[in-house]
Amino acid sequence: MMRRSFRGLAATWVVLSALAPAVAQDQPPPASAEEVRILRQEIATLKSQVEALTAQLAALGPPSAAAPAAPPGGSAPPVPEPPPAVAAPSQTSNYFNPSIAAIGNFLGVGGSNHTENLPSMSLRESEVSLQAVVDPYARADFFLSFGEEGVEVEEGFATFTTLPGGFLAKVGRMRPSFGKINTLHLHVLPWADEPLTIVNFLGGDEGWVGTGVSVARMIPLPGDIFSEVTLQAFRGEAEGLFEAPSRGDLAYNGHYRVFSDLTEAANLDVGLSYAQGPNGLTERSDTRLEGIDATFRWKPLRTATYRSASVRGEYVRSRQEQLSGAEIADGWFLSAEYQLAKRWFAGARVERADRADDAALQDRGLAAILTFWPSEFSQLRGELRRRTYAGGETANEALLQIQFAIGAHGAHPF
Amino acid sequence: MKRLVALLVILFAPAFAGSSSAKVRIVSTLDDFSSIAESIGGVLVEADSLAKGYQDPHFVDAKPSFILKLSRADLLIVAGLELEIGYLPPLIDQSRNGRIHPGNPGYLDVSNGCEILQRPTGQVTRAMGDVHPFGNPHYWLDPDNGRTIARSIAAKLAELDSGNRAAYEKNLAAFEAKLGEKDREWQAKLAPFAGAEIVTFHNSWPNFAKHFRLNVAGNIEPKPGIPPTPSHTLEIINLIKSRSIRAILVEPYFDLKTPKFVAGKTGATVLVFYPSVGGTPEIKDYFAVFDADVGALAKVLGGKDR
Repeated sequence: MMRRSFRGLAATWVVLSALAPAVAQDQPPPASAEEVRILRQEIATLKSQVEALTAQLAALGPPSAAAPAAPPGGSAPPVPEPPPAVAAPSQTSNYFNPSIAAIGNFLGVGGSNHTENLPSMSLRESEVSLQAVVDPYARADFFLSFGEEGVEVEEGFATFTTLPGGFLAKVGRMRPSFGKINTLHLHVLPWADEPLTIVNFLGGDEGWVGTGVSVARMIPLPGDIFSEVTLQAFRGEAEGLFEAPSRGDLAYNGHYRVFSDLTEAANLDVGLSYAQGPNGLTERSDTRLEGIDATFRWKPLRTATYRSASVRGEYVRSRQEQLSGAEIADGWFLSAEYQLAKRWFAGARVERADRADDAALQDRGLAAILTFWPSEFSQLRGELRRRTYAGGETANEALLQIQFAIGAHGAHPF
Repeated sequence: MKRLVALLVILFAPAFAGSSSAKVRIVSTLDDFSSIAESIGGVLVEADSLAKGYQDPHFVDAKPSFILKLSRADLLIVAGLELEIGYLPPLIDQSRNGRIHPGNPGYLDVSNGCEILQRPTGQVTRAMGDVHPFGNPHYWLDPDNGRTIARSIAAKLAELDSGNRAAYEKNLAAFEAKLGEKDREWQAKLAPFAGAEIVTFHNSWPNFAKHFRLNVAGNIEPKPGIPPTPSHTLEIINLIKSRSIRAILVEPYFDLKTPKFVAGKTGATVLVFYPSVGGTPEIKDYFAVFDADVGALAKVLGGKDR
């Protein structure tokens, strides 16, 4: 059957190829000098007609004065043709290029810390994003992270935006929707570093990044409240979190989010997360993560560019099956941010998290943050941080973060 | 497994419950477009907006509640020219509503056909501030563009809901007639001040100024989106003094501190100037925007408000 249809296709191709030159031969022959003269004359006549009409139009006055009123009782004039689309002033060759942007993230660290020894100065990651619509059904987003040691695909996924039934699917490498912070890229966090819950439970400084599929469904609640369920399956590999000894070892994540506008100026965003996957410590052992996250924002619309506040927190509980039994650890952070002026934000964070592999060990931290935005495209941030580690070390550090973005204006994440 | 299937059925069942409303559901990014759409659509449409009239339209939050609105829309009306670049693209992507994606029938960019000013001709860099490479996006503040917007919306509604074409045509004619009449009234009010110079906070008013033959002599912002600096504030004070400028126009969402300081040094009047429907509860429709602004400006320029 397959072979026959190929043969049919090939025959069609041959017929089409044979026809092609015939179509080409239908082109008119080159114009003679006489024809060119006649055409020129016609153009000149048309030109003078256009000028005469333009003058008449101008004499009629501005269009507002000429706008006809609806004749009472009579039939209305037809809808004028919609105005022609104006071509975007960009180079033709750029039409189908993706939007490109790059974000530099410099971090300077002072003070001493033997547990988490961040370098004195680093360009932590330069994120290059390539984003475009693929076709009428999907868009693609790539976020390449250029670290000092190499390049990696931080995220690279296609989103299928026009599925029936209110579904939204993503395929590729992405940050799983476990809590709120894990989904955010480093440069949009309200701090210069990752909170301890991410470091201790979600695979270290960079958080959990997985390769797999994600399906989300919107479920409006009564009173026009937004809620969304997300179900995700990933290859069960994530550094320091999940391991996949065999192909069938997958890690799953489920997230339920409810967002409600409390007033015009205030809103509340609450999420519940559950993740499970093999951890490779024994043949059949796995790690389960449960989390709850909440973000409250206040931003009066009239003065939104000058004043705002937000409070956010996450609680994560980790259950790691080990040879010796299950290790149950938990941790949380609470953070607040207040916008003092158009470009100034002050914030604070308090955090506490057990170690996932040994709940008897607990890390704690306090941080104060001051952020200045010279413009929408650059940011200076100072953070004073005290972390008391399970081993007994107390580290006092000053972090200076400078971020700068070039290229396409991306949307602000919410 | 059975439990999982049951859970999925419960979760996703509401997806297939359709809406019975026969009205064309319109979501606009600005109240101005919703107001014009209501004039054209009358009882045949339901219009809603994302940004409020007293909110800076450049900085709207991409709240999930907007996704819900967009998911139900038959028509999305946008200002375009990248005014909504900071929040709208992810909302459209997450709306699960293919109708309103750019390029589809339910997406209408009403900047098409309007007179767009200040399209950069040379190189554009962000050293110029938060410039718009496709031109100044505050074009609806010219009644002539308002007419073009109304025609675009009418043509779109006639396309989406062809059964009611005659009604849209009739309403458009009425809108245009009223706009012509109102415009003559506004022009008459500001005619005595043709050529007058004004200072504005942000570069939002070139279309308004052109239509009413005013000259924007300077902006309180040194560059678009960049807050006032002391040196630039001094320059503006000198400018206002040397040219005897009487009015400083400030959108309702900007801080009045610097404009008031400048006014105190120069004797000019700070006028809260409304760029959109809903700027105050009294500004209920597109005509009321100009009624409020033109009336207030005529008072100040005529020296009645000093």
